[in-house]
Amino acid sequence: MARAAVSGRLAARLRWQAAALVERREESPTARTLVFDLPGWAGHLPGQHVDVRLTAEDGYSTQRSYSIASAPDADRVELTVQRVPDGEVSPYLADDLRVGDAVEIRGPVGGWFVWRPEQAEPVLLVAGGSGVVPLMSMIRVRDMIGSRVPFRLLYSVRDPADRLYGPELDRGAPGLDTTWVYTRGTPDGWTRPAGRLTPDDLVRWGWPADFEPTCYVCGPTGFVEAAAGMLVALGHHPDRIRTERFGPSGG
Amino acid sequence: MDPTGGTAADGVQDAYQDGNVLAGPLSEIFAVDLTAAMSRCAHCDSTGAVATLRVYGRPPALVARCPSCGEVVLRIVRSPTNTWLDLRGTVTLNIPMDTR
Amino acid sequence: MPIVSRGFHGRKPDPGRKLPPGQYETFDFPVLSAGPTPRVSRDDWTFTVTTESGTRHQWDWGRLMALPAEHPTVDLHCVTKWSKFDTHWEGVSLDVLLEDVETEAEFALVHSYGGYTTNLPLEDLLDGKAWIAYRYDGEELAAEHGGPARLLVPHLYLWKSAKWVSGIQLMLEDEPGFWESAGYHEYGDPWREQRYQGD
Ligand SMILES: Cc1cc2nc3c(=O)[nH]c(=O)nc-3n(C[C@H](O)[C@H](O)[C@H](O)COP(=O)(O)OP(=O)(O)OC[C@H]3O[C@@H](n4cnc5c(N)ncnc54)[C@H](O)[C@@H]3O)c2cc1C
Repeated sequence: MARAAVSGRLAARLRWQAAALVERREESPTARTLVFDLPGWAGHLPGQHVDVRLTAEDGYSTQRSYSIASAPDADRVELTVQRVPDGEVSPYLADDLRVGDAVEIRGPVGGWFVWRPEQAEPVLLVAGGSGVVPLMSMIRVRDMIGSRVPFRLLYSVRDPADRLYGPELDRGAPGLDTTWVYTRGTPDGWTRPAGRLTPDDLVRWGWPADFEPTCYVCGPTGFVEAAAGMLVALGHHPDRIRTERFGPSGG
Repeated sequence: MDPTGGTAADGVQDAYQDGNVLAGPLSEIFAVDLTAAMSRCAHCDSTGAVATLRVYGRPPALVARCPSCGEVVLRIVRSPTNTWLDLRGTVTLNIPMDTR
Repeated sequence: MPIVSRGFHGRKPDPGRKLPPGQYETFDFPVLSAGPTPRVSRDDWTFTVTTESGTRHQWDWGRLMALPAEHPTVDLHCVTKWSKFDTHWEGVSLDVLLEDVETEAEFALVHSYGGYTTNLPLEDLLDGKAWIAYRYDGEELAAEHGGPARLLVPHLYLWKSAKWVSGIQLMLEDEPGFWESAGYHEYGDPWREQRYQGD
């Protein structure tokens, strides 16, 4: 399995491949993890995504990108889709697609927003909303291969109900520190008042810039813009900040 | 609703994704991943990974702009039978090769 | 053949009206852009027609508002396959704006704030087929939809109806615009499904 993660497929032209939904899990009131059966899946690097194409009976077709949430696993790929109100694709994937139904998937793709197990430097993960999905794949691969690279995750959500992978992150892993940032409503007794991510949060819970961590920042475009700007202002070199912007609503 | 706590008004100037989203469309054409390649902007000469360009539009037509100067670096139009790849805003692409 | 995903409809209901080939009706007004939305105030806005000899005719917002307005109700067809029936606009016909312009030109290159361009034959801008539109559905035209003012040429695919229009350059020779130089069809008639070059 570890080998599959390392040898993620970056060097072959890709085609659309039919994928049947085999399982759906509720991650939050508005987000679902979808498990697809993809025979012959050659593995992926954590952080990579797939394109999902939907075609209606009358031929209408559209596509969107979704990050891979899972660690590589033969013939299985997990995506987590956050429903965007009035969205064309995400409500269908989150709620309507039934087990046994098929979509088309192209991937894995992307060679920039990835964590490679041979990277030895500390890692800072900064997530907004569903931006945690590709970062979760990094956390899971780190766990799977028994890596001791220190990871810190700062994860911004509106309120506790919006947390994705809450139980798994609360269980934690050695060398992984998770900090929740709540922007609207906190759990009872939470010391940090509700509010958007601040530079102070990044100083307290991230890594000092002189540790030279690689920073992965992912979420809605506005969130990524703000968080990446703060990291640069705190002295992190832009070359060590990798970003992935999901779009305006971005789930 | 934005689960990170943004507001709808934030969306207006954020209607772009980044060059990561080009990975799929470019994978139809190239055998290596081009989003990790460094591109040099023909307009302002700054360099950066293709993954960091600002991408507007949706397939079948995507426009990638330089994050420094906002000019068009690359465009992709995909018809059912052809792909147009317009690189006139790009001086060079420096592509890391998989040497394993 | 692509795999059909059961129960996926996209955003569209059943069309009650005849659609151009390959189009689907929508009730939304999707926003597609090729760049950031320019913010142009009415005070700063101008619209300039430049002829092949370099003569310029310019209107500012006040002069545009002083011209007779029309209220076209038209169908919109976007190359990304959505169509929207019976949209209500207010604007000035290009017949009015081009009335006193002396030209031999056969082609027009439309320019927008933000750098967008699109080309079309001049005759497609005349005879009640095109407007500089500044109100949509009774409201001031929102910046996302091209405000303060956009070109409206509804008989061609919507990429020809340049948002944030700033001027029209009249030319003896055709010159491809932003999308026309990257694979889109030079003319773009939805009823002949002229989406891409060679269609
Ligand atoms: C590389 C990548 C990875 C992603 N991974 C995930 C993931 O793991 N989980 C997840 O839930 N989402 C992910 N996204 C976001 C996802 O691709 C869709 O954008 C999201 O699901 C919304 O799609 P929709 O069809 O439901 O909404 P749409 O119908 O596309 O849009 C809903 C609303 O948002 C606006 N909007 C959204 N995106 C754009 C845009 N790009 N340009 C202009 N307007 C836009 C629309 O105008 C509309 O108002 C990812 C995006 C990228 C680029």
